[in-house]
Amino acid sequence: MSTISNQIAASFDVEKIREDFPVLKQNIHGKPLVYLDSAATAQKPFAVIDAIRRFHEVDCANIHRGVHELSQRSTAAYEETRAKARRFLNSKSKNELIFVRGTTEGINLVSSTWGRKNVKAGDEIVISAMEHHSNIVPWQMLCEEKDARLRVIPMNDRGELLLEEYEKLLTPRTRMVAVAHVSNALGTINPVKQIVEMAHRAGALALIDGAQAAPHLKIDVQALDADFYTLSGHKIFGPTGIGILYGKSKLLNAMPPYQGGGDMIRTVSFEKTTYNDVPYKFEAGTPNIAGGIGMGAAFDYINGIGIDQIAAYEHDLLAYGTEALSQIPGLRLIGTAREKASVLSFVMEGIHPHDIGTVLDKQGIAVRTGHHCAQPVMDWFGVPATTRASLAMYNTTAEIDALVAGIQKVKEIFS
Amino acid sequence: MVHDLYQEIILDHSKRPRNCHPMEDATRKAEGYNPLCGDKLKLFLKMEGDVVKDVSFVGSGCAISTASASLMTESLKGKTREEALALLEKFHELLTTDAAVREDLGKLVVFCGVRDYPARVKCATLAWHTLKSALNNGGEVATSE
Repeated sequence: MSTISNQIAASFDVEKIREDFPVLKQNIHGKPLVYLDSAATAQKPFAVIDAIRRFHEVDCANIHRGVHELSQRSTAAYEETRAKARRFLNSKSKNELIFVRGTTEGINLVSSTWGRKNVKAGDEIVISAMEHHSNIVPWQMLCEEKDARLRVIPMNDRGELLLEEYEKLLTPRTRMVAVAHVSNALGTINPVKQIVEMAHRAGALALIDGAQAAPHLKIDVQALDADFYTLSGHKIFGPTGIGILYGKSKLLNAMPPYQGGGDMIRTVSFEKTTYNDVPYKFEAGTPNIAGGIGMGAAFDYINGIGIDQIAAYEHDLLAYGTEALSQIPGLRLIGTAREKASVLSFVMEGIHPHDIGTVLDKQGIAVRTGHHCAQPVMDWFGVPATTRASLAMYNTTAEIDALVAGIQKVKEIFS
Repeated sequence: MVHDLYQEIILDHSKRPRNCHPMEDATRKAEGYNPLCGDKLKLFLKMEGDVVKDVSFVGSGCAISTASASLMTESLKGKTREEALALLEKFHELLTTDAAVREDLGKLVVFCGVRDYPARVKCATLAWHTLKSALNNGGEVATSE
């Protein structure tokens, strides 16, 4: 661990941050809540809760249509989130950012508009062995429809992608490479800049699933040169049902619309409809306005603390957790990549993850158990499921100690 | 307390499951799968006419699903198809309703604690869904989803 990261971590006031998250101040089954499931959904600070409430109490109206004051306020607040997302992702223009329901919809939007138009029989889509189902199934559906082929970048037993194997998968038929920035099941941080560069060299595009990266790492879509990058609001302390898809202007302009309806049109007659400009062309219907405004507050909240500070603190916290869990006999960490964020996924000899999850819950500790929507990852490691503790900036070393004590309790019951 | 769920008899059957082996001369087989937890189970039945002469299972699962399969096999031997299906209904009621009749359930009443853990009901019912599939001889993979 570097001295610099230690210094930053030392100056990180986690107790002050915890004050911002009301949900954390409660007991579960008589024990203080230890929330270690932020990779599933992150908790929300007052700033986000208040922004959503304020919208409903004070500004509520539909956007992009009314001339009245409330509609103008709502539109301004919603569109301000697009500007905040631009700064968060460092895209060139806010018109490269499309509001979606979340990462899943972001990927589906690309696969069904860009994909349907550009992927032909015999073409190939490359994904990786550690993808979430949401970055597998949309491409599988596209491949089935187009008679295209899905290729998979393999990984090693630490849970790191094998780039030399990836190189071999790239051919003139490769159209798209779609890879997670950070794996939800393993915590691996993939070398996405290099992955994108290799895709481009082969003449393919690259989509990065940023759902698990956004709460933990600085993202710069221009530096990555990603063609598409997508994230979910609820993983970055915002509400559910809202997210962002970034796409390069040139690509978005050439893509057909996603869904038809209001707001995505310029003129409609029964003979012919002309479409609105990007990004509105992809945003049919009244969107999740409150969600968009809430996500804007979440961007502000993260920026107020500083993503570099968050990353440094979490780096130390993850190292502490890795060390603590590694000391437990019979416990095996699944996913031990050298570059990792947030995730401590593990199995225990002779004890099923669901039993671990139930016993931990009784001690107030919330973890995720199961396949984490990444069944191929489970198959690769030869386990039916894992227990996953995932960390966020509001977690503490004391909570990791509570997890360790909880696991001891699990062992007492089942050994 | 977590011991309401993990009663001694459940822990015992999960660590030392009874009738846990394949059966070569089975007359009916079925597979069960719980996609939520990845639990898989194969059930073997030897029927003589309408009567369950022997029953066994193999599979991997949590303590609740393993113990449930183990205790189920113990309680099925000698029962007719109709009796087995009636027991299944009673067992399901025990897990899901307040006013379940506990008579005739025997040792299976130890699963009453599962009712307070809705996420775990599927674990306890996997073996029973698989039984239903074997008795109906559909041959399809039963899921407890």
